[in-house]
Amino acid sequence: MRLRIRYSKKGKVRFISHRDVARIWERALRRVGVSVAYSQGFSPRPKLSFGLALSTGHESEAEFLDLELSDEDGDWTAVRGEDLAARLRAALPVGLDVVAIAPVEKGDSLQQAVTSCTWAIEVDDVDREYMDAWVAGVLSREEIVVERERKGKPVVEDLRPHVLVLDVTGTTETGIRLSADLGTQPRALRPAELLAAVDPPLTARSVCRMNQWMSQGDDREEPLMAPTVPAPSARVPA
Amino acid sequence: MSSLWSELERVLGEVQKPARYIGCEDGMTVPDHHPEAVAWLLLYPDTYEVGLPNQGLQILYEILNERPGAVAERSYAPWTDMAEVLRREGLPLFSVDTHRPAGEFDILAFNLAAELVYTNVLECLDLAGVPIRTAERGLDHPLVLVGGHCSYNPEPMADFVDAAVLGDGEEVVGEITDVVAAWKAIGSGSRADLLRALSGVTGVYVPSLYRAGFDSGLLTGVTPIGDAPPVVEKRTVADLADWPYPKRQLVPLTEVVHDRLNVEVFRGCTRGCRFCQAGMITRPVRERPAEQVRTMVAEGLRRTGYDEVSLTSLSTADFSGIQEVVAAAVADDSCGQVSVSLPSLRVDAFTVGIAAEIQRARRTGLTFAPEAGTWRMRQVINKLITEEDLYAAVESAYSQGWRRVKLYFLTGLPTETDEDTLAILKMARNCIEVGRRHLRSPSVTVSVGGFVPKPFTPFQWFGQNTEVELRRKVGLLRDELKRDPKGYRGVQLKWHDARASVVEGLMSRGDRRLGRVIEDVWRAGGVFQEWSEHFDVRLWEAALERHGLSFEDLVYRHRTEQEVLPWDHLSAGLHKDFLWQDWRDALDELGLEDCRWIPCYDCGACTGYGIEHVVASAVPPAGGSQGTGQDLDSADNVPVTLTRRTDPDRSAEMVGA
Repeated sequence: MRLRIRYSKKGKVRFISHRDVARIWERALRRVGVSVAYSQGFSPRPKLSFGLALSTGHESEAEFLDLELSDEDGDWTAVRGEDLAARLRAALPVGLDVVAIAPVEKGDSLQQAVTSCTWAIEVDDVDREYMDAWVAGVLSREEIVVERERKGKPVVEDLRPHVLVLDVTGTTETGIRLSADLGTQPRALRPAELLAAVDPPLTARSVCRMNQWMSQGDDREEPLMAPTVPAPSARVPA
Repeated sequence: MSSLWSELERVLGEVQKPARYIGCEDGMTVPDHHPEAVAWLLLYPDTYEVGLPNQGLQILYEILNERPGAVAERSYAPWTDMAEVLRREGLPLFSVDTHRPAGEFDILAFNLAAELVYTNVLECLDLAGVPIRTAERGLDHPLVLVGGHCSYNPEPMADFVDAAVLGDGEEVVGEITDVVAAWKAIGSGSRADLLRALSGVTGVYVPSLYRAGFDSGLLTGVTPIGDAPPVVEKRTVADLADWPYPKRQLVPLTEVVHDRLNVEVFRGCTRGCRFCQAGMITRPVRERPAEQVRTMVAEGLRRTGYDEVSLTSLSTADFSGIQEVVAAAVADDSCGQVSVSLPSLRVDAFTVGIAAEIQRARRTGLTFAPEAGTWRMRQVINKLITEEDLYAAVESAYSQGWRRVKLYFLTGLPTETDEDTLAILKMARNCIEVGRRHLRSPSVTVSVGGFVPKPFTPFQWFGQNTEVELRRKVGLLRDELKRDPKGYRGVQLKWHDARASVVEGLMSRGDRRLGRVIEDVWRAGGVFQEWSEHFDVRLWEAALERHGLSFEDLVYRHRTEQEVLPWDHLSAGLHKDFLWQDWRDALDELGLEDCRWIPCYDCGACTGYGIEHVVASAVPPAGGSQGTGQDLDSADNVPVTLTRRTDPDRSAEMVGA
């Protein structure tokens, strides 16, 4: 059986790399005694698959993990899911929190299925007017061409088709909050890349992934919905 | 005290591997700081990845936090990018647990596990806003302590450390806490009062209470100025069973070295390898009861979620009942497939049985340390394993599915000839041949390190090989491989930078004059000298020259019997005449048996402190030669003369003979 877990990554642990998060999950699953299937071969690995990587330093409300259970016959119930979520929360570090768990059909991998992400971005030391103009500037562009290096070779890329939504959504104590939907196929556009690609370049004070979306025609849905009651927020010791 | 977290989180995005600085490990303590509590900051002066797994630091962290009058947090040397950011932002060094400024702690306690980190200690102090020199510290500054193996010769660091602690820390940290607490409670005591009080604690050496005398470039003695003890003795915990720590091993959120559960199965080693400082200064052997080991392994695996456990000691295959303990750990499937790693495997105690057990889960490389290529050379260093032992161990490994074997060797050993050096490769080639019986392309990695003589070993009098000589010896091996690439197929050679070995040797046996050299190198930017990308021998050469010192005198020179050594006023329990006799025996190519299974020859480590070995088995584990150089299976053909020195007077005569 394949299980999908939605989790959040907030607070101090946002500075842990994607790869380290994977190792933390491996240990947590062993601690709570989930019988994850192992790959065959010389060096067996637990069958876990993570979705799109999250840049180190960014927070997220919507990270996903698929895992293959080795016991195929177990009946999945809501109670069993709740119990597992509670035990995993206890085994994970402060800031990594289980939001939802549910069995899923085998299908596309998370990386293939997700087509865009919604981001909350905070930029310091700018005012509303300035940011409104900046956003309008981005949206009015026909193309945003950048040159970057890929496997040691220069590649020219247009970022504009990846910018699906860009909005100023409010102010913070020290600046402005943006919301952006950015495409992920064939390559995920990172918020920092967009901010740096348009003149004048901006730097985000904080970035949080709010949603990941799989497109289903005109509709879109998340790989696994968060329950309406929000997950407990990160308790970060001073 | 205040947390710097909100300042730090703004800059962590700029540095490599920010997870180094966030803490949040499972097993972390958020201590309750209050004015009466003595606040310790335990520092490992290398990166987080290297320092976090350190068991000594973790043990003291738990013991102190369990103690009512103490709190403890941790810190590690910030990488150069972070140090730059901290200076730019005007932020101090901080603890990773609650991100408090290092300068707000009562005690900064550094673990000195290696000589090349000394400049990092100065860097950490400076980042903490603490004057690097003891003499410049005032009442507002923390007490600066060092412990760990290098503190057995703290003289090069004498200008910078308020006190060095010798030996096991479990008990003495409590006594230090009490002294500091009493001093804080009085409120009007001077820093000198505190240092004097600390010098009264057994195992605590306060360098500023001693004067080092020199006569025409030679040390004449390090003697107490006031009523400090003329000789400072090390601390030893008598029974490891009383200290089942760490109980809650820290589980880091980012990858570190030795990233697995570690359970210490015994402390101390009496195999008597003459190059090995750890084996000399940690005597006697104190085994943890097998039942306690099993409990610590089972509970540790369940608590941490690790799938690998390392049974640590200086020679784990010597642990009584090792096979049963390993079998129990592997059979424990509560956390999936568990693999067991046994560091410091002696080839003479590695059997097919152990090989079969530890490979059940995952086969990683296996490492053995024959240390020298010829039997003659191994008699000199008292690593009495026969070639047959090695090939039997390698055969066990290859037959049980390992493909890669790593062999550790030292070069630059006393009396070493080119024949001895080249024999390293013969041994490697023979191992490949053994491997071919079991698989098509076995691999052997030969790792060669330059020998650095250490204090409190029989080789403490030996003049270290020069950089040129060490390079020449590595060159011999490289040329030999090039001469016959076919014949050595499967053999890979790795070697340690000879320049780093001589700088290590500088501090290993150096005296107080090196303080200025260390300071100069640090001021010139020489931090992280144990990292090849930062190591710069020119900084050391320039500093030595500036202060009229030389490698020739401090590193390459043979010491004489009469000469005062910089650590003569410190004691690891070992009698100096025992070490001298062992040095003479080495030159005579005489081996010395392991005293845990034979009568005492009075090295001093037990008798001086009224303690003894704690060993569950009265006989050596079966198989191989067991360090005697004798085939214990057939009990004939003894290839070595073993000295039995139960009478120390008689050995004194032998020196004169």
